[in-house]
Amino acid sequence: MKKSRKPMTPSRRRAWIRFTIALFFAVLFVCFALFASSFARYDPLKTDYDNMLAAPSSRYWFGTDQLGRDIFSRILYGGKTSLLIAFLVTGIVATVGIFIGTAAGFLGGVFDGILMRFCDMLMAFPGSIFTIAMVSFIGTGIPNLILAMSLTSWTGFARISRSLVLSIKNNVYIEQARMGGASDWKILFVYIIPNVLPSLLVNIFQSIGGKLLTISGLSLLGLGSPPPTPEWGFMLSEGKNFMYQAPWMLVFPGLVILINVVIFNLLSDSIQDLMNPKESTW
Amino acid sequence: MLKQVKDRLISLIFILIGLSILTYGLTFLLPSDPVEIMIDTMGLPHDPETIEKLNEQYGFDKSFWVQYKTWLVGIFHGDFGWSVKYNQPVNEALWRKLPNTVKLSCSAFLMMILVSFPLGILSAVYKNKAADYIIRFMSFIGVSIPSFWFGMMIIYLFGVELKWLPVAGFTTWKGLIMPTLTLGITNSAYYIRRIRAVMVEQMSEEYISGLRSKGISKRRIIFRHVLPNSLLAVITMLGMSFGGMLGGTMIVETIFGWNGIGSAAMGAITARDYKLVQGYVLWMGFIYVIVNLIVDISYQFIDPRIRRGMASK
Repeated sequence: MKKSRKPMTPSRRRAWIRFTIALFFAVLFVCFALFASSFARYDPLKTDYDNMLAAPSSRYWFGTDQLGRDIFSRILYGGKTSLLIAFLVTGIVATVGIFIGTAAGFLGGVFDGILMRFCDMLMAFPGSIFTIAMVSFIGTGIPNLILAMSLTSWTGFARISRSLVLSIKNNVYIEQARMGGASDWKILFVYIIPNVLPSLLVNIFQSIGGKLLTISGLSLLGLGSPPPTPEWGFMLSEGKNFMYQAPWMLVFPGLVILINVVIFNLLSDSIQDLMNPKESTW
Repeated sequence: MLKQVKDRLISLIFILIGLSILTYGLTFLLPSDPVEIMIDTMGLPHDPETIEKLNEQYGFDKSFWVQYKTWLVGIFHGDFGWSVKYNQPVNEALWRKLPNTVKLSCSAFLMMILVSFPLGILSAVYKNKAADYIIRFMSFIGVSIPSFWFGMMIIYLFGVELKWLPVAGFTTWKGLIMPTLTLGITNSAYYIRRIRAVMVEQMSEEYISGLRSKGISKRRIIFRHVLPNSLLAVITMLGMSFGGMLGGTMIVETIFGWNGIGSAAMGAITARDYKLVQGYVLWMGFIYVIVNLIVDISYQFIDPRIRRGMASK
């Protein structure tokens, strides 16, 4: 990691510590999801009719569900679905949004005007409602979910990156690059986008956390990945029906969603603090 | 200021046109032919004659803009189509359930304000003290917690374990408590953070040290100077959050079995009652846009800088 030249104030050091811890856990959970098969104790789809709705024990760490499936293993495999979608959607909206936003900010003029009016229009609607409606029209399933979530949330990135570009556009080095004969595209890709990316990390990590919440919400409503694929939100919706007999079916998947969202929000927050200590929210 | 209001009203018209095109465009995302779906849901036979008749009756064979125009004219006459699930006009089905959703959103909104303002102010005033750390920790968890899970956990806690509140049959005021808590508390976490951030920023402004050096008490500075200046920024956010709350009602209503338009729309989604879903999106979008317009306009009345700025022109 690049060594900071700024003096290490106590608050800066704390931000570094938070960042390191959050990054460690983020990597850990991603590894859990990626290598779910080596961490899982059972096949997530394997039913055990002798142990239906069994309480957490040394055999089933997080208990079992209504079909006797191991909740611990299902959570590990569920991470594959939930985190994959969250990363994919964020990747798509960030790429599209940053590209469009920087281009609009850099080129200005009519293109910028039309684009920003379009963004204004999209942002004038409650996005979550539109996502839900869209999924219900194009049909459920992971590709459709990704499509609907991406279509409704790239505007945020477009706006932020546009304003970032506007703030650096008139710097001397851009001027010099232009005088050196660099084309618009070269300036955009070599000088502008790399410069705005670090600030956008804050939004990227925040978006991952937010998307995790959206995905599990949609799955909970039955609009996410189709069963029996394990998915955190869907596990919750199943757990709701067995609240009396098996509260662990509710507790663990929810806790895992919460922890993951906390980690990504923490990453976002600590980066914000590291880059801009004055506007610290912490 | 009038010009500002006029500009907002003009952009409102464009936004509403955009909203209606997007909502109507949803129909074209359907994986199968709308005629086929209609035949399926109405239980009619799949013969060319029926298809032709329906095409003629509903104009499915016309171009997008012709269909859109017909649809829009219908909307202006209050005709949102026929809800297959509720077997009545979409408008009536939604209208009947609207009061419940309004009741829920308003009480949650009120709760959000009652929770977030005192805590946000407290957190900013006692910056880096114990109270601040506790509030910050709680609100950080609050923004990360899935609202539906929070709802389920309080159903479990108050309904199943403690048996204080009913788990099902939400008809009395008691039934309103848990959905309100869910929606209100999860939304207020975000505000606590915003209010604190805005106030802390205000408190680092130079005029504050000026006031302090004049010997004005901290309490007076906070309530007379910092708070009014911070409120303006917060009001805009409140408008935005109303939309989030409307969206949130869908999940919360579904979990709690609250008989509002959110759960009606959810039921419509499962029953493939597309007209009702469309109507729901349009209604919600409309409410959201109007609320934001009101916030925007009131913002201009409240902020003396804008008020005077316009008067001097």
